[in-house]
Amino acid sequence: MNDLQFLTWVRGTGLDIAVGIFLLGVLWRLIEIYTLGRKKDLAAPRHAAGASGLHTVFRRSLPPPGMLKRSPVSYIGGYIFHIGLAVIVFLGAPHILLITNLTGLSWPGLPTQFIDLVTVVTMAAMVVMLVDRINKPVKRFLSTFEDWFTWAVTFLPVLTGWLAVQHLLLPYTTMLALHILSAEILLVVLPFTKLFHAFTLFGSRWYNGSANARKGVPV
Amino acid sequence: MSASLDKVTQTLKEVIDAPIASYFDSCVHCGLCAEACLFYTETGDPKYTPIHKVEPLRRVYEQEYTLLGRLMKMVGLSKPITDEELGEWQELVYDSCTLCGRCSMVCPVGNDIVYMVRKFREGMAVSGHVPDGIRGATKRTVEIGGPMGLKWPAVANVLRKAEEATGVTIPVDKEGADYLVLLSSMEIVNYPEYIEALAKIFHKAGISFTLASDAFEATNAGIQIGASDLAKVIVTRIVDAAERLKVKYVLSPECGHAYMAIRWEGPNLIGRPFGFKVVHVLELLDQLRQEGVLKMKGMFKDPLILHDPCQIVRRGGVLQAPEALIRQVAENYIPIADQQKWNWCCGGGGGASAIHTEEAEALRAKAFGVKKRQIEEAGVGTMVTFCANCRITIEEALDHYEMNTKLLGLTELLAEHLED
Repeated sequence: MNDLQFLTWVRGTGLDIAVGIFLLGVLWRLIEIYTLGRKKDLAAPRHAAGASGLHTVFRRSLPPPGMLKRSPVSYIGGYIFHIGLAVIVFLGAPHILLITNLTGLSWPGLPTQFIDLVTVVTMAAMVVMLVDRINKPVKRFLSTFEDWFTWAVTFLPVLTGWLAVQHLLLPYTTMLALHILSAEILLVVLPFTKLFHAFTLFGSRWYNGSANARKGVPV
Repeated sequence: MSASLDKVTQTLKEVIDAPIASYFDSCVHCGLCAEACLFYTETGDPKYTPIHKVEPLRRVYEQEYTLLGRLMKMVGLSKPITDEELGEWQELVYDSCTLCGRCSMVCPVGNDIVYMVRKFREGMAVSGHVPDGIRGATKRTVEIGGPMGLKWPAVANVLRKAEEATGVTIPVDKEGADYLVLLSSMEIVNYPEYIEALAKIFHKAGISFTLASDAFEATNAGIQIGASDLAKVIVTRIVDAAERLKVKYVLSPECGHAYMAIRWEGPNLIGRPFGFKVVHVLELLDQLRQEGVLKMKGMFKDPLILHDPCQIVRRGGVLQAPEALIRQVAENYIPIADQQKWNWCCGGGGGASAIHTEEAEALRAKAFGVKKRQIEEAGVGTMVTFCANCRITIEEALDHYEMNTKLLGLTELLAEHLED
C-alpha cells in the first residue's frame, strides 16, 4: 500500500468503520449506563433557589470556591486544552468540511494561522497536564494504563494534524493519512474509555444536582 | 469464589444504579476530590483520595455491567475483588471517610462520590469488614434501643432531672402532641442541657410535645455501617411511635447523622413516604425566631465561630437557619471562609467517632488539623456547633491538642439567653 492508497483507505473504509464503531459504541454505552435506572426518592423534597440538576450541569463548569488555588494546573490546563480541542475540531476549516461531507451541516471556520496558534497552545497545555499527572502524587497514584493511553490517543491527532499542516517530519500525504488514522483511533476508543466522560458528565452532574436539590442544597 | 464473597458481589451489583454507573464512567482521575477531603489534605497520603475509596465497587461495575468488562471477565483478563482486598479497604471506607460529602461538591464531572461510598458500605457490611465500634453500636441500637446501650429507665431519670432543673413537665407517650421529640444517646449522657433547653423553649413557645418510651433514640448506626435491613428496623421504631401517638411532626435532635437517617433515608428504608413531617430542631427554632417567639435577653459577647455539621447543613439542607440563629444570640459572631455547605467536617462523622482503634484515633486527630487552623485563623476562643457527635469529636481533639477553645451547643446557647 502506498501513501495515496493509505490516505484513500483512511478517508473511505477506515472512516466508515471508525464512525460506525463510535456511533454504535456511544449508543450501546449510554443504554448500558442509563437503563440501570434509579430508585425513586420517597423523602419529602425541600426546595431551594439555584438547586436543580440543570443548575449543577452548568455550575460544575466553574471551579468551586478555593479549588482554583488548590489545583491551578488542573483547572487552567484543563480549560485550555478542552477549549482548544473544541476550537480545532469544530472551527478548523478542513474539519468543518469533513462534517459537511458527513452531515451536510456547515458553518464558517477560523483563519488557519489562528487555528495553528490554538493547536500549539493546546499541545503545550496537554504536555503540562501530562507532566502534572506524573509529578502530582494523587494523580500519579490514581493513574492506570488507561490514563496514559487516552492521553496519547487524544494528543496524537493534534500533533499529526499540526505536523501535516506545517509539512514537517513526513511527506504531507503520509502525515495527513496518519492524522486521519489517529483521529479514527480516538473515535473507536472514546466510548470504551474514560474519554466517554464527554457524554456522561452531563448525566453525572444532573444526577448529583437533582439528588441534592431534593434536600435543598445547590451543589 | 467463596459463598460470602459471592454475596458481597451480589449486594454490590444490587446497589449499582444509573447514577453510580454514570459517575464511574465520568471519572477522569483528575484527583480534585482529594483536595476536598480532610483526610487527604491533612495527611497528604494519596490513598485517601475519595474516588479511590470506591475502587472495588468500580471493578464490580465494570465486570458485571459493561460490555468490555464482561468480555474481559469471560476470557479471564479481569481482576475480581477478593476478601483480602475488602479487608484492606475497610480503613478507607470507614476510618477515613466521614460521609461528609465535600468531595461531591467539587468533582468537575459532577460525581456524587459520598453517595457511592454510602452504597459501597452496603457490600462492606455483608463482607464483615466493618469496624468493631460501629458494629457494636448497631447491635446495641437494634437489641437495646440506642448505640450506647441506654435503656428507658436511664433516659426517664435524665428527663426527671431536666424537669426539676427547668420546672417544665416533659410528657412521655402523650397521644396527640404536635411534636415527637427524638434524642441521641450522646445528648442524654453527655449533654443533658440540650433536653433542658428544649423543654424551656417548647414551654415558652407553647408547643405541645412528647417523648416515646419505645423510640427515643434518633441515631441510626445501621446506616453508617451500611446494613439497610438493620437501619430499617431502627427507623421503623420511630415511625411506629409517631403513628401511634398521632403526632404532626417528628423533631430530629441536633445530631447530624440522626437527622440524615430519619429525614432523608427513613422513608426510603421503609419504602413509603411518612405521614408526618420530620423537622430538625434548628428549623423549628428558626421558625420560632421568625415568628418572634424566640426573644433573647443579653447577648453572648465572646467572639466565636460556627462549626456547621455536615449532615445537617451540606447533606441535610438546613442551610440558612444556623447563621440566622447564632446572629440572634451572639454579639461577635465571625463568619469563616469555608462555612455552611463548604464547611470542613470535624473528622468524626459517618460512624468514624465510634472507631476506637489506635490508628483511627490518630488519623482523626490529624484530620482535625483543618478545624484547628480555622479556629486559630479566626483568633477566637469559642466555637458553637449543633451536633452531639461533632461535639464529642471536637472535644477529644481540643483535648489532644491542648487547646482551650470553649465549645458550645447552639440550642443550649439560645435557651440560656431566652427571655423569661
